[in-house]
Amino acid sequence: MLKALKNLVNKNAPLVARGRFFSEKFVIGVGENDWLIETQCGRIIRVDKGPFLMHSWRFSIRASIDTWEAFWQPVPLPGYHDLFAMTKSGNAIIEGDIQPMIANLRYIKEVLETLRETPSGRTHDC
Amino acid sequence: MTAKIEPILGRYLHLDINDCPHRVYFEETGNGIPLVCLHTAGSDASQFRHLLNDQEINGKYRIIAFDMPWHGKSLPPAGYHNQEYKLTTDLYSDTILAFCQALALDHPVLIGCSMGGRIVLHMAEAFSDKFRAVIGVEASDYQEPWYDRDWLHRPDVHGGEVCSALISGLVAPQSPLEYRWETLWGYLASGPGVFKGDLNFYRADSDYRERVSRIDVHKCPVYLMTGEYDFSCTPEDTIRTAKKIGIEAVIMKNLGHFPMSENPNQFRKYLMPILTEIIDSGVHP
Repeated sequence: MLKALKNLVNKNAPLVARGRFFSEKFVIGVGENDWLIETQCGRIIRVDKGPFLMHSWRFSIRASIDTWEAFWQPVPLPGYHDLFAMTKSGNAIIEGDIQPMIANLRYIKEVLETLRETPSGRTHDC
Repeated sequence: MTAKIEPILGRYLHLDINDCPHRVYFEETGNGIPLVCLHTAGSDASQFRHLLNDQEINGKYRIIAFDMPWHGKSLPPAGYHNQEYKLTTDLYSDTILAFCQALALDHPVLIGCSMGGRIVLHMAEAFSDKFRAVIGVEASDYQEPWYDRDWLHRPDVHGGEVCSALISGLVAPQSPLEYRWETLWGYLASGPGVFKGDLNFYRADSDYRERVSRIDVHKCPVYLMTGEYDFSCTPEDTIRTAKKIGIEAVIMKNLGHFPMSENPNQFRKYLMPILTEIIDSGVHP
């Protein structure tokens, strides 16, 4: 459940501090569903579930439900333990203007990884 | 005095590489067969500090780890400010040979990780008479790229931060946090464009797929070992390479791309039998 991202990230002061130059909109695609994430200086101010009629965003990271479930395991299996392991295998795809993502890569990867802290079944509502 | 002081000694060696003067930093411990350690791209020889301090190993081997020029405490050559650093098979090979010759090492064993693991394959094939054995950690004859290296050195992205964040996923999730972040520090602290320059060798000038089958393991034994969490040099890449050479690859559980620094205790379980076998085999060209 990506709604949990907002609290998980915003309560993590060091993570918010790492994202202090990151104020963007981006999409996390989980299976058929897109989630629009908006950040302001590292804080997540919006998590909306699609579909979206006329929204814009800088970049997107998409994978199947099964892939994200594997990624969000507390100790993921090889191949599902890192975003780029999943893009190399074709299980995830990154699209759009990725400069802000690359320039804030540690922050972005750690935002995605915060969902490992939640109980399993986090994608049930996706 | 009760302060803990490690047995590692660090010194600076002046040597010419292709007629170009260099000041190269190296560390060593122990006595016995020389074991020369080659660090990964974009980092430095501190990755081998646990190996250097391992009493079971430094009791039998003289362990030597050097920072490649441009890395760690080795300086780039004079005039670097107007050069783009680009490592090649020839430059890497010349550097290793010059270092071993300068220290008058007698048929050392080479152990290299990642790009260090790639070059040991070249050394085993081209200079089999100079080395007792080679150990390729996270090594293969070729691997598919998984990111665009132009991101590594440009003004709108912090080079150290992006290098570290890219390769952070190559550390296994089981590795202790302290060692994960120590491993990443090597990348965070690297000089601008150095990782990218190393990748010129790794990506553009070291496709050994046609060459590794020419390695004669009777002249120079080869050992290959790769962590199961390494998606850069994958276990499949290493197994394919090992088959061409005619050896068995060792696939290591709960390890990623930096075994010696990310989880040294786990790594030594796999490394010790190999180091023992090298001694027991008595192979000496």
